[in-house]
Amino acid sequence: MSVEGITGTRIRERRIDRGVRQADLAATVGISPSYLNLIEHNRRRIAGKLLSGIARALDVAPEQLTRGADTAVLDRLRSAAAEMSMPAEIARAEEMAGRYPGWAALIVGQAKRLASLEERVQELSDRMTYDPELAGSLHDVISAVTAIRSTASILVGGEALDADWQSRFHRNIYDDSIRLAESSEALINYLDSPKTDGTPHLAPVEEVEAALVQSGYHFADIETRGSHAVDAIVAAADMRGLAAKTVFRAHLSQYAADAAAMPLAAFTQTALACAYDPLRLATEFEVDIASVLRRLSCLREKDGHPPMGLAVADSSGALLLVKQVAGFTMPRAGAGCPLWPVFSAFSRPNQPLRAEASMPGANAQRFLCYAVAHPIGALGFDVPQVMRATMLVVFDQPEGNAPAIGVGVSCRICPRNDCAARREPSVI
Amino acid sequence: MAKRVLLIEDEPNIIEAISFILSRDGFTVHTHEDGETAMTKVMALPPDLIILDVMLPGRSGFDILRDLRAEPVTTKIPVMMLTARGQTKDRDLALRLGANHFMTKPFSNAEVRDHVRSLMEA
Repeated sequence: MSVEGITGTRIRERRIDRGVRQADLAATVGISPSYLNLIEHNRRRIAGKLLSGIARALDVAPEQLTRGADTAVLDRLRSAAAEMSMPAEIARAEEMAGRYPGWAALIVGQAKRLASLEERVQELSDRMTYDPELAGSLHDVISAVTAIRSTASILVGGEALDADWQSRFHRNIYDDSIRLAESSEALINYLDSPKTDGTPHLAPVEEVEAALVQSGYHFADIETRGSHAVDAIVAAADMRGLAAKTVFRAHLSQYAADAAAMPLAAFTQTALACAYDPLRLATEFEVDIASVLRRLSCLREKDGHPPMGLAVADSSGALLLVKQVAGFTMPRAGAGCPLWPVFSAFSRPNQPLRAEASMPGANAQRFLCYAVAHPIGALGFDVPQVMRATMLVVFDQPEGNAPAIGVGVSCRICPRNDCAARREPSVI
Repeated sequence: MAKRVLLIEDEPNIIEAISFILSRDGFTVHTHEDGETAMTKVMALPPDLIILDVMLPGRSGFDILRDLRAEPVTTKIPVMMLTARGQTKDRDLALRLGANHFMTKPFSNAEVRDHVRSLMEA
């Protein structure tokens, strides 16, 4: 059932919650009880004056009766069902989220926690397999054990040893035993899990994103003090690991560089004057387009700017930074949609792309996407070129029927079955 | 003339123990601790058998083994690899690169002695 399709259900629930009889409500709004009954059972559409009247009578805003759940919540609910491969009624996700927003939030929260825990398991597994510190500690332990075993075997071997050799081997065993004790202790300390406070562990990128969300992706101190403010912001951030702090510092340094090249007041004024046109802003401030896309994404809605999302990806397809924008969900766990312009940009390095993108669904929202891929790091012969792509996503309401690329969130929850980019069947 | 064994290993007490048991068995044992310059040492000798650790400062034992097999002077010298990492993939890699034997630490002295003798006689 569609989002609009359960407006009647919401009216009925609201009426019952307020203890209003169906006949009384019908009389208040000037319709027959039987017609209201059809509306409440979603068998008649409702809009306009009648909806306003019912909303007024029930002391609720009309949007609360008609608006569906946040599309991001819906996408995450579907993803949660898809990830678990369980027979959930995916087609009724909208109805569920609309009727039971608390339960929907709980499912989304648990799915997020599950993804976080899975990532933690993977991280620990990688750590056991590839961590050079662990490999070094184990190597020290095994080397000491090998030396002790070999030397002790000589001492107890039964063959006569002169006093000098005996003394030397005793000394070696003693030294190795000290080394073994130290390396064992280091190993135990390393493997000793830190005590947790029950909050889920986040991957470094997620920790950084949590900090960015908290700040609204805007750092007033950097706007005024520039890069001098970075250290204090990193120090004050609630982050557990060095990795997250390193990623956060890199982000803030980039932010400071962008802010220095495009001071907020001038940038805002120019952005408003040119209707947020990235190309004109890049020309005006003599910077590359990726910098402009990042800078635009930092403009705040509360200052009257339109909501703008951002995605930064490397050429493996990994999303290094995501700023969500309502209606264009970019999943953190798992791969996104290969048709997003941020990925298309890799095929045309340094060529700015602009594309209208449309999310699936009856209420498909349109977004204007700007993307550009550019090399990072030093150039060199026979050296792999490292690329990075940046995409700005702006909610758009184009006039007429401008063509749009049909994109999705991820294959598993995308209903576009005939999509050439599909990796796996959809569960929808 | 006593057969020459070159032990390329960076742990001093392992060097001392292996040198002792092989010397007592009649071999002349030369030692070298650095991976980077190991090939120079091999070419200067060259030995009848090489005991080669995998994890060495400067250069890994696998890289040295690859060079040993590519160099005509050293291509036929028996090589026994030592490693603290006993994973199958390391063993497979060593044997694929041309190691004659692969031994995981911690090993017994008898094991080292038996394999050295057997490789020398082969």
